[in-house]
Amino acid sequence: MRAGIIVTYDGSWLGVFTLVFQVYAHRWDVKEIVKSSEKVQAQLFADITTVITDEQLANRVLKSLRESFGNELIQELYYVFLSELPEADLLLLKAVQFYFAKAKDPNYQKNIKGSNLRTQAGGGGVRHNYAEDTVLQVQQIGRSVSRERHRMKAFIRFEKMNDGLYVAFIAPDFNVLPLIIKHFRDRYTDQCWLIYDVKRNFGAYYNLHTVEEIILEDGDQGQAVRAISWDAEEALYSDLWKRYFRAVNIKERKNMKLHIQEVPRRYWKYLTEKK
Amino acid sequence: MSDRIKEKLEILADAAKYDVSCSSSGSNRKNKNGGLGNTGAGICHTYTEDGRCVSLLKILLTNHCIYDCAYCVTRKSNDIKRAAFTVQEVVDLTINFYRRNYIEGLFLSSGIFKNADYTMERLVLVAKKLRQEHNFNGYIHLKTIPGASDELMHEAGLWADRLSVNLEIPTEEGLKLLAPDKTRASMIQPMDYLKNEIIRTSEEKKIIRSTPKFAPAGQSTQMIIGASGETDQHIIKTAQYFYKNFQLKRVYYSGYVPISMDSRLPSIGTAVPTVRENRLYQTDWLMRFYGFKANEIVNDSHPTLDLDIDPKLGWALRNLHVFPIDINRADYALILRIPGIGVSSAKKLVAARKFTALGLEHLKKIGVAVNRAKYFISCRGYLPTVSDKPAERIKSYILAESASKYLKVAPNQLSLF
Repeated sequence: MRAGIIVTYDGSWLGVFTLVFQVYAHRWDVKEIVKSSEKVQAQLFADITTVITDEQLANRVLKSLRESFGNELIQELYYVFLSELPEADLLLLKAVQFYFAKAKDPNYQKNIKGSNLRTQAGGGGVRHNYAEDTVLQVQQIGRSVSRERHRMKAFIRFEKMNDGLYVAFIAPDFNVLPLIIKHFRDRYTDQCWLIYDVKRNFGAYYNLHTVEEIILEDGDQGQAVRAISWDAEEALYSDLWKRYFRAVNIKERKNMKLHIQEVPRRYWKYLTEKK
Repeated sequence: MSDRIKEKLEILADAAKYDVSCSSSGSNRKNKNGGLGNTGAGICHTYTEDGRCVSLLKILLTNHCIYDCAYCVTRKSNDIKRAAFTVQEVVDLTINFYRRNYIEGLFLSSGIFKNADYTMERLVLVAKKLRQEHNFNGYIHLKTIPGASDELMHEAGLWADRLSVNLEIPTEEGLKLLAPDKTRASMIQPMDYLKNEIIRTSEEKKIIRSTPKFAPAGQSTQMIIGASGETDQHIIKTAQYFYKNFQLKRVYYSGYVPISMDSRLPSIGTAVPTVRENRLYQTDWLMRFYGFKANEIVNDSHPTLDLDIDPKLGWALRNLHVFPIDINRADYALILRIPGIGVSSAKKLVAARKFTALGLEHLKKIGVAVNRAKYFISCRGYLPTVSDKPAERIKSYILAESASKYLKVAPNQLSLF
């Protein structure tokens, strides 16, 4: 057994679970996980173990987790993955190790009324053991990501271009674009739209039939081009919206602290009414 | 043309802003046949500088009105700019705002022009056009105009997700004084009709699945707070009565913003009772989600809500004999009654204690406001040290420890008895 090694992987979702597989296969004790895209300090370079993503191995881990703990757990872990937080990789590994250990532990199962590890009414599943740090951390990061997902559903502002395309540029704190595509697809089925994450340089484009991932040559220049090709009514409606936003405010009740808490400043540049 | 629509929008949004309801949840209209929009959990797309959620395009169809209710900015005798949208203008605004993801849908109210039916007919026409001509499945909230015919109300329910009649003044005497043209009975009549229709159609739907939706997000109402000298007990009792007897989804409380020199009302410049309004909402939540009854919070010996502490803490201090509550054993319903523990913490505690006996360190991590809860609980390794102290002492400890945003506006917090 090798103690305290550093592992690098490609940063993908399946990469995480390939890594988990290898940790079990080689009984590694991992002290640090680095994405291959991140710069690694030169002196440590020699000690790094590289994991090559293997879909089959990853899916074996995912399948086993799903069978014991249900799809809800997979979704929770996916949210942690999308958080892109520095601690997310190690937490994911720790969480999987925690859950696999619980799945094997017969005493642990007996402690739970109904002894069903999967979620049950009243929240008896081990996923709800909030007294456990790993469980609580996964839940809390998941909640932050979920909040950002909800904010994007709310704060995205489409602008109509002269070819009928509705465009929105975003830069969310976490990588939540994959989590909101279904919402926009269900809602706006009869208009073409593009939601583009300028921070991560990729977007989702809906062409009235399917949603495809696209990468613009230069995200920021794309914004400049858009300014000259707006729909003739775009200026009118964005102006009407700004006027509406001001008119519904009750100035006798002004409460900027609450306003900023609900609409943090970092989102203002994307909000038509706050620009 | 576009200048006039801008002016109209400003006038008719400004006039609608005192209607506080902005909920867009409670309906589950799917996007059918490749149309536009759907409804679901409800999204606040932005917040105004007064901190209120903006979810719907909330406007009046017109602010012309034949009534002269003293508390209302649109009253006949008020010297203000008047305007009216055409049906098509409202439809265009809604669709274009919706397509840009500004809103979840439309909240359409109106002053009464000519008579109730004439006004209601136009509100219904907007909703019908949106649904039929534009295949719009977003949220629609229509005001029901008291006195409108049953046929029109029925049609409104077919197109809208939510309908509402505002009670406006919590007591009948207050209403008589401030709105001589209106009676409580004339407001109850449409609410009663809608309640029965909602029940009838949902029963029918169980048997015949194709029964069309009827106001799937139910009905709501609003009361103005602080305009007619009512007590909190009046307000809460009225709210409970309407929740129970009319199956309302929501009662909204709107702190009166002085807009009139009328001597029957608080004068212009009087502060909006925002703290009181907040306490009423907290009480409303306690009734809807925490299992409290109205008379546990306000009653004849305690008709007014405390401004300096929230109503749940107030109840706890008047009922110290219930505490301390054992976090590891008590029923969920009792855990919910502990100050400093909300619904989501209570659920987590009840789930987590099946695995481990919980101590204070777990409570902190889970998100309990331990600085308040600690006077009312016991848990592993912890018994409250001050539970034998009088309520007033515990209250002063809690106030001293909390940086309440209300301390500035509630200077009477230190009253001793």
